[in-house]
Amino acid sequence: MGEHGGSADREVNETMTSLPKLEATLEMFDAFPDPADRTNMLLSYADQFREVPPEVATRPFPENHHIPQCESDAYVWALKNPDGTLRLHFAVENPSGVSAKALATILDRTLSGQPAVEIAKVNCDIVERIFRRNISMGKGMGLMAMVDAVRALAKRAAATPA
Amino acid sequence: MSNIEDRGYAHPEVLVSTEWVAQHLNDPSIRLIESNEDTLLYASGHIPGSVNVDWTSDLNDQIRRDYITREGFEQLMSRIGATKDTTVVFYGDKNNWWACYAFWVFQLFGHTNARVMDGGRVKWEKEQRALTRDVPSYAKSAYKAEERSDAKHRAFRDDVMAHMQAKRQLVDVRSPDEYAGTRLHMPDYPNEGALRGGHIPGAKSVPWARAINPDNGTFKTADELKKIYCDEKQLSPSQPTIAYCRIGERSSHTWFALRYLLGFENVRNYDGSWTEWGNMVGVPIEK
Repeated sequence: MGEHGGSADREVNETMTSLPKLEATLEMFDAFPDPADRTNMLLSYADQFREVPPEVATRPFPENHHIPQCESDAYVWALKNPDGTLRLHFAVENPSGVSAKALATILDRTLSGQPAVEIAKVNCDIVERIFRRNISMGKGMGLMAMVDAVRALAKRAAATPA
Repeated sequence: MSNIEDRGYAHPEVLVSTEWVAQHLNDPSIRLIESNEDTLLYASGHIPGSVNVDWTSDLNDQIRRDYITREGFEQLMSRIGATKDTTVVFYGDKNNWWACYAFWVFQLFGHTNARVMDGGRVKWEKEQRALTRDVPSYAKSAYKAEERSDAKHRAFRDDVMAHMQAKRQLVDVRSPDEYAGTRLHMPDYPNEGALRGGHIPGAKSVPWARAINPDNGTFKTADELKKIYCDEKQLSPSQPTIAYCRIGERSSHTWFALRYLLGFENVRNYDGSWTEWGNMVGVPIEK
């Protein structure tokens, strides 16, 4: 119900990634266990959210980019660069989708520019590590679905020649 | 129909419009309370002057599965600067689930000077009314609360068992799939541990959302509500009624509609709901 047990050490081990920017961000969140601090950090990320640019997609956004289960009505795109890295873009249609915007910004900042094959290994558990008590009942599944959607796009991109 | 007083409610005074709230933002006798499921939402922007009351940290006991004590309620009211004379007005996300839940908890302590903002947070947002991140600071009040009294508004498992055995009115406000037992939790929500699916025998299925207009989240008129609860589901306002869902939040919404909008004389919310009933050993379940 939005409250997660287990020690911080165990959480770190379970969600350890080989993506340096993501790992640094997760460690930064680990350093702020106080929910109020995390709220401010998450709001800061949400405020920096940038919607998918029109050269990539315009409304109405195609359904095959829609993230199922996300009540914030989020969309994701992953563009593959010639070097095999990805550039992620998101849209969040629900104006109250603060958590989705925060996670989208974090995923973009930490995963864009990284190899598709590495992004495909990202664990959905990062959601718990980032949000902890700030994750509400209805949000957790949707946020994990966002990570899942990114991972699925990365897997597809990794399997496709550049 | 937009005017609350024209909708035929039994107790129209418990519901206020977004416009009414906008006109009372600086009224010192009013305390606006935002209660959300999303813990980030209040901090991201709220109605000016409103305070945040969180259902987990402010209303629930932090150890037992229960609500705060009289002392806890006094501390809460002191923190938000409310007195017995303060009119508290609740609003929130999820079409006012948690606003109605908080309203319901306040009734356990006899703070009847309470209202709900029709349409909740989403209506306020859609009307592009002002939101702020400024957290107001109110002088602490000295609030002497009554002892919490559950009997009138809250049902426990033994009450529900007796109620069921007497074939009295039970309303299951969960989704049809939860009622049918084909899923153990709300769509897109985690399974919070109910071991069995189905519903309490004899319960009638009336998903909570049937009480609202889907376009703006406001409550339907009394006539529209009567058609659903009284005509279609054959529920009598004069008969004892218990509403339940999963943990009591959606059923608070229905409890509010039945009690205040339709004037059901004796309606209680079973907050143990399916997470308790679906886990108890030996209790009867229907699918």
